[in-house]
Amino acid sequence: MTGAAGPEAREQAERTWASPGASPGGPDRDRPLTPIQRLVARFGRGLVIATPYGWLLLFFLLPFIIVLKISFAEFRLGVPPYTPLVTWLEGGYLHLKLALGNYLFLLDDPLYITAYLTSLKVALVSTVIALLIGYPMAYAIARSTPPWRSVFLLLVILPFWTSFLIRVYAWIGILKNNGLINNALMALGVIDEPLPLLNTEVSLYVGIVYSYLPFMVLPLYATLEKLDVSLLEAAADLGSRPFKTFLTVTLPLSLPGIVAGSMLVFIPAVGEFVIPDLLGGADTLMIGKVLWSEFFSNRDWPVASAVAIAMLVFLVVPIVIFQHHQQQHADRTEAG
Amino acid sequence: MQRRSPFLIATLAFGFAFLYGPILLLILYSFNESRLVTVWGGFSTKWYAELFRDEQILDAALVSLRVGVFSATIATVLGTLSALMMVRFGRFRGRLLFTGMITAPLVMPEVITGLSLLLLFVALETAIGWPAGRGVDTITIAHTTFCMAYVTVVVRARLAGLDRSVEEAAMDLGARPLKAFLVITLPMLMPALVSGWLLGFTLSLDDLVIASFVAGPSSTTLPMVVFSSVRLGISPKINALATLLVILATVTILIAAWILWRQERERDRAVSQALAEDKGRHATGRRA
Repeated sequence: MTGAAGPEAREQAERTWASPGASPGGPDRDRPLTPIQRLVARFGRGLVIATPYGWLLLFFLLPFIIVLKISFAEFRLGVPPYTPLVTWLEGGYLHLKLALGNYLFLLDDPLYITAYLTSLKVALVSTVIALLIGYPMAYAIARSTPPWRSVFLLLVILPFWTSFLIRVYAWIGILKNNGLINNALMALGVIDEPLPLLNTEVSLYVGIVYSYLPFMVLPLYATLEKLDVSLLEAAADLGSRPFKTFLTVTLPLSLPGIVAGSMLVFIPAVGEFVIPDLLGGADTLMIGKVLWSEFFSNRDWPVASAVAIAMLVFLVVPIVIFQHHQQQHADRTEAG
Repeated sequence: MQRRSPFLIATLAFGFAFLYGPILLLILYSFNESRLVTVWGGFSTKWYAELFRDEQILDAALVSLRVGVFSATIATVLGTLSALMMVRFGRFRGRLLFTGMITAPLVMPEVITGLSLLLLFVALETAIGWPAGRGVDTITIAHTTFCMAYVTVVVRARLAGLDRSVEEAAMDLGARPLKAFLVITLPMLMPALVSGWLLGFTLSLDDLVIASFVAGPSSTTLPMVVFSSVRLGISPKINALATLLVILATVTILIAAWILWRQERERDRAVSQALAEDKGRHATGRRA
């Protein structure tokens, strides 16, 4: 701890005016240490570090290493349903060649490449739509007066606390053929036949934007709220039009929020399973769904692992950007 | 609003209508007499009665609650320790790796987390015989791992904004670091711990994908039951369940917000009072 020297020095200073009856070290420090206290004093810091560190090594890092390993194994019938890699020692060369088969299989089959590309496209378009809806919302909340601001903020956060699955499910009732929108349009006489809305790209985008919108609004709000209004006033005083001020001052200053929000939407959307499964069409194949069926329907663990590793390769750059941004943000708040 | 721009008001109205419309419709139709979810057939609470007779849903709800309470609690402990490391410990060996591991679960696609944890459990079972089969334990471990990342974010923000002077004062008065942490820092972190716990509990209660991977055949969580029933089509019973979940979440959040707000106010008052008295004592002390 950095402040260790501070208290001691102050303690010395304060003793000079302390009443003579008070023990100089305080009541706590005079008592002899119990064995447990001695352990804590000695290894406390190490224990604090070791517990979460160990947990994450065991339940976060090690699983990835295992996925990587199994992606190089072969499918077989049995328990576990993949070949061990230990036989590498005997026929290493042969095994390695066969094991790369999972990845070659992914490259070979257009299904996987299409699924990856579709996932990236869907995630990108959803992120842009969420940004277009979320930015004005965040801006409006940040510019509202304090009591309203808290209410609006609570309203943005609240959906996040209600079940994700249920919120996706709610759209089925709205979008299906005899659902709310089609019934309303037919009653108004706008259409004669129900529009196919559910299980199309439209419903897929609606579902993703709807589910991830709070993740976009909150980081945007956090940067817009801290924006110094005097900068905007200065720009206006110097004759800048509101729209130009927005483009040259507000937008660049809110860039960190844009990056954080976009990453929070884009990365999970790439691997999304529930929304494409419930709202997406049969022809929009997303990679999360492919991994799911590879695992649960085909029970091919090695190919599922290879799909996961390939997905991670796509996501490494956005994840690193996100982490870098998080770190910068944390450093700023911890320093200030 | 400083300038009531009609565009901004319209955006907010549209945004909130988009966010809340579907949920409100779901609640409305849970009181629908008709089995056809989109045709109004009169007010009825029969779907709620039917919901409470559904053994499968009730059992799954119990499993989910158990997993949620355990994983939120462990995640709060681990997440608080992680936040403490990151804010107070400065440099330690492997800090970069730790930072990566604690922030990655926030954005990691669920299918990857689920698959990797399942493969770990299977590998562990073959290697050391634990966990024997999969069930509540494995779901709890999986949920703890991603919930602790969220708890860390919440606690870390609070810890960074904390006024250290009270803690330092306690140590000046002779409290050891551990005691100062337990008596001073922990109560001041309480709002973050409560919101972290609630967040973890909600995330655990909500998770379908990771639980589907790591659950054994005998343990089914609530989202798993909801998912398989939704896949077969819309059911008014699920609307009733959704309504109950939404009301539960809303009430919990409002109560938590109110309690935290009150506690915060009381603590602020107590601290400023103590500081004022302390100042007075210092003044008389110096004069004497």
